[in-house]
Amino acid sequence: MTHAYEVSRFLAGLMLLASFSLLCQDRLAAVLNTFAAQAVLLSMAVGWEAWTQDRPHLFITAALALGLKAIIIPVALRRMVDRLGLTRGVDKVVGVGSTLMIGLALTSLALLLVLRVTASAESFTREGLALALAIVLLGLLMMITRRSVVTQIVGFMSLENGLILAATGARGMPLVVEISVAFSVLIALLVFGVFVFDIHDRFEGVGVEAIERVRGDRE
Amino acid sequence: MMSPLALTILIPFIGAALVACAPRPRLASAGVAATTLATLIAAGFLPFGPREAGEYFILDDVNLVFIELNAFVAFTTSLYGATYVANEIAIGRLTPPLSRLYHAMFLAMLGAMNLALAANNIGLLWVGLELATLITVVMVGLYRTPAAIEAAWKYFILGSVGISLAFFGTILVYLAGQTALGEGAPAMTWSLLLAAAPDLDASLLNLAFAFLLIGYGTKVGLAPLHAWLPDAHSEGPTPITAVLSGLLLNVALYALLRFKMIVAAQPRALAPGPFMMALGLATLLFAALMLYQRRDIKRLFAYSSIEHMGLMTFAFGLGGPLVNFAAMLHVTMHGLTKSAIFFAVGHVAQAKGTQRMADIRGLSVSHPALALGLAAGALAIAGLPPFGVFRSEFLILTGAFSSHPWLTILAMLGLLLAFGALLLRLQEMLFGAPSPGARPVAISRAPMILHLALVFVAGLFLPALLSDWLQRAAEVLR
Repeated sequence: MTHAYEVSRFLAGLMLLASFSLLCQDRLAAVLNTFAAQAVLLSMAVGWEAWTQDRPHLFITAALALGLKAIIIPVALRRMVDRLGLTRGVDKVVGVGSTLMIGLALTSLALLLVLRVTASAESFTREGLALALAIVLLGLLMMITRRSVVTQIVGFMSLENGLILAATGARGMPLVVEISVAFSVLIALLVFGVFVFDIHDRFEGVGVEAIERVRGDRE
Repeated sequence: MMSPLALTILIPFIGAALVACAPRPRLASAGVAATTLATLIAAGFLPFGPREAGEYFILDDVNLVFIELNAFVAFTTSLYGATYVANEIAIGRLTPPLSRLYHAMFLAMLGAMNLALAANNIGLLWVGLELATLITVVMVGLYRTPAAIEAAWKYFILGSVGISLAFFGTILVYLAGQTALGEGAPAMTWSLLLAAAPDLDASLLNLAFAFLLIGYGTKVGLAPLHAWLPDAHSEGPTPITAVLSGLLLNVALYALLRFKMIVAAQPRALAPGPFMMALGLATLLFAALMLYQRRDIKRLFAYSSIEHMGLMTFAFGLGGPLVNFAAMLHVTMHGLTKSAIFFAVGHVAQAKGTQRMADIRGLSVSHPALALGLAAGALAIAGLPPFGVFRSEFLILTGAFSSHPWLTILAMLGLLLAFGALLLRLQEMLFGAPSPGARPVAISRAPMILHLALVFVAGLFLPALLSDWLQRAAEVLR
C-alpha cells in the first residue's frame, strides 16, 4: 500500500513540476510541449490509481487524458499557432522571476492549508490533494499572468489536470463525475475553438488585450 | 411510467434535439413553446407527488419552488422569444440557422438547469450547472460582434474558474463524507450527507465551503467576482438575458444553499451564514452604487440583478424561518419581475435600435405600451408597494432587524440607493421628446403582463397555496 502511495505521490509531484515549468516558458511551442508532458503524467497518475485501487473504469479517464490532452489538443493548438501566424513568444504580464515566487508562495499555501485541514482525516489522499490544489492554483496563476489566448487555454487545461488528479485521488469517487469532467473538457475545447477562430476573424490576432479594447460601458 | 421529475429534465433535452432539426424558424419557435408547455405540465404534477430522495434525484420543498419557477418562466419566455426572434430576423441581426441554434440551446439550457435543481448527487448538481453555463456562453457570443465575443470570453474564463473551484469544493465534501458514509456514491448523495453532517470532518467542511462559496458565488454574481455578469447580460439575445437573470443565477444560489445546509448542520464547523451575509451585503451596496454610472439599459438591469442576488444571499445567510420564507419569496418575485423587465427592454432596444440609454428618450410618447411595461417592472424591482418585491424586501428587512439592526440599516441604504438610480434612469427614458429613428416592431405583450400581474397580486395578498409552499421550504432550509 505504501509503495503504491509513493508512486502516485511521485507522479503528482512531477505534475506540479510541469506546472512550474509552464510558468517559465517563453515560447508558445515550449508551452504546448510542457502541457503535453503534464497530460502524459496525468494519464500515468490516473492509470496508476486505476491499477492500485482496482477501479478499471478509471482507465477511461487515463486514456482520455492521454489521447485528448497529450496529443489532440496540443497538436491542434500548434497548428493554429502556425496557421494564424501568431507571434511565437509568450506575452508576460508579470516576469518569470516574480511569477515563480508567487507560484512558490501559492504552493506552500496549498500544502500548509490542506495538510493542516486534513490532519485528522485518515485518508491516504491528503498529500495528493495538497499537490492537486497547488496545480489548480498554478493554473489560475498562469491564466492571470500570461495574456495570449493560447496560454490562457493551456492555463485552464492545466487547472483541469489538477482537478482530475484530485478527483481520482479521492478513493471511490463515482464514475459519473470522472466521465463528466472529461466530457466537459471536450465541450470546453469546442467552445474555445469557436471563440478562438472568431476572435481571429475580428481582430486579426489572437490576443486578449485586443479584445479588451471593446467595452460596453466606457464609450 | 416515468416520474414527473425525470420528465422535467428529459422533455427539454428531447425538444432541443427536435428543434435543432426544424426546417423553418417559425416551426422551431412553435416547437420551443410546445416543449416548455409540456415541461410546465410535467412540473405541475410535482406538488402532488411524494417528496423523496433517490440515489440521483431529490424532490423536497426547496427545489420544488425553484423548479416550478423555472418551468413557468421558461414557458412565458418561449412565447416572448418567438416574437423577439422574428423581429431579430426581420432586422437582420439573426439568420434562420442561427435562430435555430438559439432555440435548441434555450431548451438545452432549461434541461440543464432542471438537472442541477433535481440532482441529489452533488456531482450531478455540478454537471447541470456547468452545462447550463457552457450553453449560455455560446448564447452570449451569438451575435459575434467584438463586444459579444469579449463578453463571452470573459464569461467563459471567469465562469470556468468559478466552476473549477466549486468542483474542488465538491471533491472536498466527498472526502469529508467518505469517513462517515464509506467510499462510493453515498458520500456524494446530498440527502445522506445532510443526515450524516454531525459526523463529517469539520475542518474539511470548512475548507470545502470556502471553495464552494467562491466557486458558486462567482456564478451567483457576488462581488468581487461579478465582472462577467454585466457583459454577459448586455450582449446575448434578450430572452437568454431574461432566463440568465431570472433563473440561472437562482440555480447557482440554490447550489450554494444546499452546501450551506450541510455545513450548518455540523456544529463544530464554522457557521457558513455570516460569510454569506458579509458577501451578500457587500454585493448589495456595491451594485447599488454602480447603478448610477450605467449607460447601457441591459447593463443597468444586470447590476440590479447583482444587487438582488446580494440581498438574497444576505437573507439566506441570516436564516431563520421568517427570513428564509421572505428570501424564498424574493427569489420568486425577483425571477418574475426581472424577466418581465428584460422582456420590455428587449423590445425597447429593438424599437430604438440601441441599448444606450442616452439614445432612448420619450418612450411614453413613441411606444406607450412598452413604456408602461418598463415603468411597472422598474418600479416593482425598485421595491415600490404594492408590488410583491416590496413585500419580500419588507419581510427580509423586518426579519433581519431584530437580530442585526446595523446590518439591516446598511441593506436598507443599499436598497434606497438602487431605488434612486432606477428612478432617475427610468424617468430619463420615459419622458421628454422622443428620440428619432424608431422602428415599428411586433410586441409580445402577454408574457410581460402575466408576470407583472402575478407580482402585483402577490404584493396585495399571498395565496395560501404559495405561502404554504414557501413556508415548508423555509422549514427545510432552517
